[in-house]
Amino acid sequence: MITATEQLEIYLESFTELQKRAAGRDLPWLRQLREDAFARFCEVGFPNTHDEDWRFTNVSAIARAPFQLAQDGGLSNEEVEPFRIKGAACQLVFVNGRFVRDLSSIGKLPAGVNVNGLAEEINGNPRVLEAHFGRYLDTRRDAFCALNTAFADDGAYVHIRKGTIVEDPIFLLFISTVGDAPLMSHPRNLIVAEQESQATIVEDYVSLGESTAFCNTVTELVAGDNAVISHYMIEREHRQAFNVSTLRIQQGRSANVASHSVLLGGGLVRNNVHPVLAGEGGECLINGLFIGNGQQHLDNYMLVEHASPHCGSRQFYNGILDDRAHGVFHGRIIVHKDAQKTDAKQTNRNLLLSDDAQIDTKPQLEIYADDVKCTHGATIGQIDENALFYLRSRGIDELSARKLLLFAFASECLDRMKASPAREHVEELIHGHLLEVAHSANRFATGIPSEDTGRKWEEIG
Amino acid sequence: MSLLEVRNLKVNVDNHEILKGIDLEINPGEVHSIMGPNGSGKSTLAQVLARRESYDVTGGEILYDGKDLLAMKPEDAACEGIFMAFQYPVEIPGISNAYFLRSALNAIRKYRGQDELDAMDFLPMFREKLKLLDMDEKQMNRSVNEGFSGGEKKRNEILQMAVLEPKLAILDETDSGLDIDALRIVANGVNAMRSPERAIIVVTHYQRLLNYIVPDFVHVLVNGRIVRSGGPELALELEEKGYGEIESEARQVTPA
Ligand SMILES: Nc1ncnc2c1ncn2[C@@H]1O[C@H](COP(=O)(O)OP(=O)(O)OP(=O)(O)O)[C@@H](O)[C@H]1O
Ligand SMILES: [Mg+2]
Repeated sequence: MITATEQLEIYLESFTELQKRAAGRDLPWLRQLREDAFARFCEVGFPNTHDEDWRFTNVSAIARAPFQLAQDGGLSNEEVEPFRIKGAACQLVFVNGRFVRDLSSIGKLPAGVNVNGLAEEINGNPRVLEAHFGRYLDTRRDAFCALNTAFADDGAYVHIRKGTIVEDPIFLLFISTVGDAPLMSHPRNLIVAEQESQATIVEDYVSLGESTAFCNTVTELVAGDNAVISHYMIEREHRQAFNVSTLRIQQGRSANVASHSVLLGGGLVRNNVHPVLAGEGGECLINGLFIGNGQQHLDNYMLVEHASPHCGSRQFYNGILDDRAHGVFHGRIIVHKDAQKTDAKQTNRNLLLSDDAQIDTKPQLEIYADDVKCTHGATIGQIDENALFYLRSRGIDELSARKLLLFAFASECLDRMKASPAREHVEELIHGHLLEVAHSANRFATGIPSEDTGRKWEEIG
Repeated sequence: MSLLEVRNLKVNVDNHEILKGIDLEINPGEVHSIMGPNGSGKSTLAQVLARRESYDVTGGEILYDGKDLLAMKPEDAACEGIFMAFQYPVEIPGISNAYFLRSALNAIRKYRGQDELDAMDFLPMFREKLKLLDMDEKQMNRSVNEGFSGGEKKRNEILQMAVLEPKLAILDETDSGLDIDALRIVANGVNAMRSPERAIIVVTHYQRLLNYIVPDFVHVLVNGRIVRSGGPELALELEEKGYGEIESEARQVTPA
């Protein structure tokens, strides 16, 4: 365990080190951006539960662990193979946040698409990047965003030119590896989808080996006028992982963005989705599924800003929690003064499979326009025993019946994803994961205590 | 050997004795009707036969095909050939009828050591059964019982029975709430299933269904006891006299 001062010293050491070798260290604007962000982080430190945005999530375990910047881990193709998906347009692999070209395959992308590691792009072509990089993220609001920006060095860069349509998903695989000391990485992604472009981007976070790791990732996604973009964030790291992610979406006129968050793994997970509907007539779907057991803590935080008239946003989150897992749904909607005819809807449905599982759900609506429609609804339920008996009475064994009912609940989220290899990938992951959860729920139902697969956050440090 | 032998079955629900000693013997090929007023314990008996675990069996035993039925889980009973058509079929959002039914059939086939059927093998047989019950294939892609009318739900139960081909079928008030056309379709479906190897228990309130499915035996269940048993004519007598009279007559002949 370390004190707050020691903690800052450790981060300062890493930061100083990074500023000496980071991509674009000679670019004044980027240097400044990092320095300002680091200063901001030092000023505010990690949030605590008195902070309204962090009321349900205690990050002191992250604050107290002496994380070191992860070095490049040399992975073989065989090690990466199991995580790859079928049918992707290209696969970019990042090991501890660093782009590894040898493990990546760019495939046959249409002209007008540029995918690259961010560091390479900073070194080779910073001009285009400068127009967007760091322009949307609010480092003042959030210490993790500040920290990510301070350490922003590598990640994914995706640029889709006007009118370009990418049919198959752009797959970004983030692998964290084992180190001697607790490792941290701060992947930073920039996705620029110009006017009338169309694409699906999948961010998939996985880990190899089990040791304490902290992945603090930020994605800025710029969707130009009329762009149609699907974004997937999949968290399936091991239970010793801390994962904090922020997706900042900037939407132009009539842009249509779907954000799908699928939280299955990780020990302490916080997923922020922050769209700003800046142009008129934009549509944003924020779809989420979180499935936790053991001692997992899965926090879903949304900040939806309606800044223009005639925009629609839909938040749908389904949670399944077992054992002592803790879920959070915190959906904040801000409708700015000029955003008349806003149509915002928020729904959070939860299944709690054990007495010790917990969900905190908090809607927060701030409406400064007068002609708007905003609705909110949340439900908490258990597995329907009648449905369970019905399935079993037809010959389906209890475990399969439970899994079937859980899958049916989860598939409400799948149904909101467009048919694509990305959705198939998610579906496959959910099937595997639910089998495990149904198993532990079964133990619970039969009164056999389940083992704790997670660990108590107080113990780390 | 009889297919089902219920001996002195006693069942509590919430510490309240609902079945107070039921005896029943059913042979393959027979159709038995159990009739009785509201709350007499008909569904309790049906659910215990389908092995619903929330019912507390306090006494007696049930032999099914020579095996101890009370030791079986619901899925095992189903795989051994017991099927209960629910009085109140359950809606299950998110699982399609077709997927559910194929999963159920494959679970049973697997239990019996038969190969599982893929969608292609399943479809022709499924279509045939749909036709028998005058049901729409499109409806089968929708969630189990979701948005079904009362009559459609009951027909769906019989469809499931037709696909799963049980040895012992228990139909719990499958006739209630059906108009005469639907009643005929359901009765046809059931009659098509009658065979020398299969036994059927028809639980009903009213004699009406028994005009279409003629039983071999009729049992009258009142207040947790079978107070009279007889042939199909008993159903007609019941219709005429009502349960009250039968019950008081029964009290006079059977010593308390
Ligand atoms: N889950 C339960 N909890 C408490 N009491 C119950 C429960 N289920 C049934 N009962 C009671 O048990 C008794 C028998 O119920 P059962 O459903 O078996 O009757 P039934 O003969 O099927 O009636 P009906 O003709 O209305 O379907 C009734 O008094 C009912 O109120
Ligand atoms: Mg009943």
